[in-house]
Amino acid sequence: MAYRILEKEEIAPSVHRMVIDAPDVAKAAKAGQFIILRIDERGERVPLTIADFEKETGTVTVIFQEMGKTTKQLAKLSAGDALEDFVGPLGTPADVRKLGTVILVGGGVGVAPVYPQAKAYKEAGNKVLTIIGSRNKDLLILEDEMRKASSELYIATDDGSKGHHGFVTDIMKQILDSDEKVARVVIIGPPIMMKVGAGVASPYDVEILVSLNSIMVDGTGMCGGCRVTVDGKTKFTCVDGPEFDARQVNFVELMNRLAMYRGEEAKAVEKYEEECRCGLN
Amino acid sequence: MSEKTGDKKKSRTPMPEQPPAVRAGNFDEVALGYSKEDAIAEASRCLNCKDPNCVEGCPVNVDIPGFIKLICEEDFEGAIEKIKATNALPAICGRVCPQESQCEALCVLGKKGEPVAIGRLERFCADSEREKGVSAPDPDIPEPTGRKVAVVGSGPAGLTAAADLAKLGHKVTIFESLHKTGGVLSYGIPEFRLPKEIVKQEVEYIKQLGVEIKPNYIIGRIKTLDELCEEFDAVFLGTGAGLPRFMGIEGENLNGVYSANEFLTRVNLMKAYDPNYDTVVRYGKHVVVVGGGNVAMDSARSALRLGAEEVSVVYRRGEEEMPARREEIEHAKEEGVILRLLANPTRILGDDKFNVTGIECIKMELGEPDATGRRSPVPVEGSEFIIDAEAVIIAIGTSPNPIIFKGSEGLDQSRRGTVVAEEETGTTSKCGVYAGGDVVTGAATVISAMGAGKKAAKAIDEYLKEK
Ligand SMILES: Cc1cc2nc3c(=O)[nH]c(=O)nc-3n(C[C@H](O)[C@H](O)[C@H](O)COP(=O)(O)OP(=O)(O)OC[C@H]3O[C@@H](n4cnc5c(N)ncnc54)[C@H](O)[C@@H]3O)c2cc1C
Ligand SMILES: Cc1cc2nc3c(=O)[nH]c(=O)nc-3n(C[C@H](O)[C@H](O)[C@H](O)COP(=O)(O)OP(=O)(O)OC[C@H]3O[C@@H](n4cnc5c(N)ncnc54)[C@H](O)[C@@H]3O)c2cc1C
Ligand code: SF4
Ligand code: SF4
Ligand code: FES
Repeated sequence: MAYRILEKEEIAPSVHRMVIDAPDVAKAAKAGQFIILRIDERGERVPLTIADFEKETGTVTVIFQEMGKTTKQLAKLSAGDALEDFVGPLGTPADVRKLGTVILVGGGVGVAPVYPQAKAYKEAGNKVLTIIGSRNKDLLILEDEMRKASSELYIATDDGSKGHHGFVTDIMKQILDSDEKVARVVIIGPPIMMKVGAGVASPYDVEILVSLNSIMVDGTGMCGGCRVTVDGKTKFTCVDGPEFDARQVNFVELMNRLAMYRGEEAKAVEKYEEECRCGLN
Repeated sequence: MSEKTGDKKKSRTPMPEQPPAVRAGNFDEVALGYSKEDAIAEASRCLNCKDPNCVEGCPVNVDIPGFIKLICEEDFEGAIEKIKATNALPAICGRVCPQESQCEALCVLGKKGEPVAIGRLERFCADSEREKGVSAPDPDIPEPTGRKVAVVGSGPAGLTAAADLAKLGHKVTIFESLHKTGGVLSYGIPEFRLPKEIVKQEVEYIKQLGVEIKPNYIIGRIKTLDELCEEFDAVFLGTGAGLPRFMGIEGENLNGVYSANEFLTRVNLMKAYDPNYDTVVRYGKHVVVVGGGNVAMDSARSALRLGAEEVSVVYRRGEEEMPARREEIEHAKEEGVILRLLANPTRILGDDKFNVTGIECIKMELGEPDATGRRSPVPVEGSEFIIDAEAVIIAIGTSPNPIIFKGSEGLDQSRRGTVVAEEETGTTSKCGVYAGGDVVTGAATVISAMGAGKKAAKAIDEYLKEK
């Protein structure tokens, strides 16, 4: 069985949006969940967050950044091609309820997973304050979509080329310091950004959630490769998460575990690029 | 077990094998299989008992004297047909059944000498059929009954239930969460014990019976059990016991510490040993495996084949108490796996980069027999020692994966996390839902899972007739 790619577009340098024909997944998907795909028989199983889904048309959108061999290979595919495997929805859906005011913070490609959450929180009747950021304005993704999905949108870039000159967490702190009564903060992005963000928000009387991106194999609780320590206990990100209470997450362990195969990954990219140059691919 | 060729009646025909030094460097099958002559010689040992004990030892009641007699007559096609009448997966059972504690344990010849090598003969029949490339004549599939049955999980329990239900004319759909079918047969048991080509062919046979297989389909995520119950006339749960247990000791989340499930999945299902695949797996020079069952042996022998220099198995009791099959322990030792018995891990050590460097264990001694009569191990105070390791594989057991319980109103679960089901029929507390295999018993064997699948298929058929 193959899963057809219906649309494919580079939305920022090395960041791609892909729409896939996967009606079963689309029908069951909820905000906060992810899929695992495999390009071909020899490929790795790679997890990506569901960035959008349409139950009627049966399509699922993912947004990914070229990181290593698999995502680089994925970036070369185009509409009309097919993926060997596409399984989901995985993970526990985000606990979206009417809470009042919610801040959603997305960094880098982490903006993509924030999008379905913004829609869901808004639909549940919340005031949704979204803060998105990236290194520079060219790398910023989903600005228009986010504006539509949020009550208010704030932008930050590291180099100041758009919006606030600085980090997304600076804006988050300003809002938390204001009179706005915030019930919950959701932070999604690179682990270091989630760690820093959790630290900034911790002193405030507010719930803080992060969505973790541990290395995964099956995504169903069968391998334990995705384990993280939360509140001193071992949890499996793929079934117990991916969302956890940020105050309890051991981010240092998470970051160390993400680096597990760094050597092998670098070699895989080298080999892949060599093959591409020789026209083997 | 001695395998002298001398006294024909007392000892069995030896199994040709790859020499240990060679096989420890490849993933090809260890046991090469009987030749025609070997098979006939071994088959002629059988007494063709009137009231055969061996059949009682087989959870699916293969007509053992019947098929062995046909081997003697050189009617191998007839022999495989006879086996397939009750066992849909003979090439697999012939290889991985714990025969020494099942069919062969009860063979009368075992009283005075060695029992008939029933498993090896079963394997021979299945292999010779496959090598010829002709599949057994398709069983006559009866008129469709118009009833639809969902089977969740494609391990031996699910495959067997599906085959039997299809043969009864029901429309069967298998839902499998992984990208490949076969359950533990595909992701757990390694290539060198059970070539994946064989699993693939057995699955093909089941497809020929008209069973539809949907991979990448997780019940509890894409659809709930309640939804399946609405769509189908009955449901069989064969979801296995795939949730790995950890020890809860310090250092268990260090990089290089794997559950056996993850390690074996990377190696078997995702073919990490093949450079043409993208899968990575870490092993380093020294690998330590914790546990004493088949899963531990498979992990240790896989690590050796990947290229680890020293592989040891840490087990808290003695060799006699190891739950792994005797043959697997012997094979592992021949290949160079070191058994470190009466030892229990206390913590895992790592460096500043979060990588495993070693494992600290404590020596154990066997104490007084407990209520079950088994002498339980107790730690010897102050006897801690360290084994160097760049990878640690934890193989101390698994329990059922709880995802299936999400959205399954009224399905009773035991305290151990298993689905509660009647042993003889697989009937659960939820109407129209049956279960069998590891999800009911906890980690057990291929053949017991198949036996449960068979019984449930029969019960489902009766339920559908009455419905
Ligand atoms: C629940 C979840 C949701 C995710 N959502 C997104 C998303 O929406 N968009 C996106 O761009 N990325 C997402 N990621 C990260 C993405 O899975 C990795 O970038 C991808 O696996 C990298 O594969 P690669 O072969 O290209 O790179 P590699 O060279 O293999 O790895 C690059 C880095 O990615 C991580 N990684 C590698 N293999 C895996 C794996 N099997 N599982 C998880 N992480 C891995 C490691 O930290 C590694 O250092 C998500 C991860 C998780 C766990
Ligand atoms: C490494 C290893 C070695 C072994 N060696 C031997 C041996 O030598 N001899 C022997 O007899 N036994 C052996 N066993 C045990 C034997 O493999 C199992 O007892 C047997 O496979 C159980 O069969 P099952 O059908 O109940 O479950 P499984 O084989 O576990 O299959 C269950 C299937 O269900 C799928 N599934 C789970 N949840 C869902 C869901 N929610 N939706 C859809 N699909 C789902 C899983 O992905 C899996 O494919 C070994 C086990 C292991 C792990
Ligand atoms: S299925 Fe297993 S137990 Fe039964 S006869 Fe064959 S090898 Fe023996
Ligand atoms: S008990 Fe042994 S000798 Fe008797 S029929 Fe069975 S296999 Fe043959
Ligand atoms: S990815 Fe295997 S248990 Fe989570």
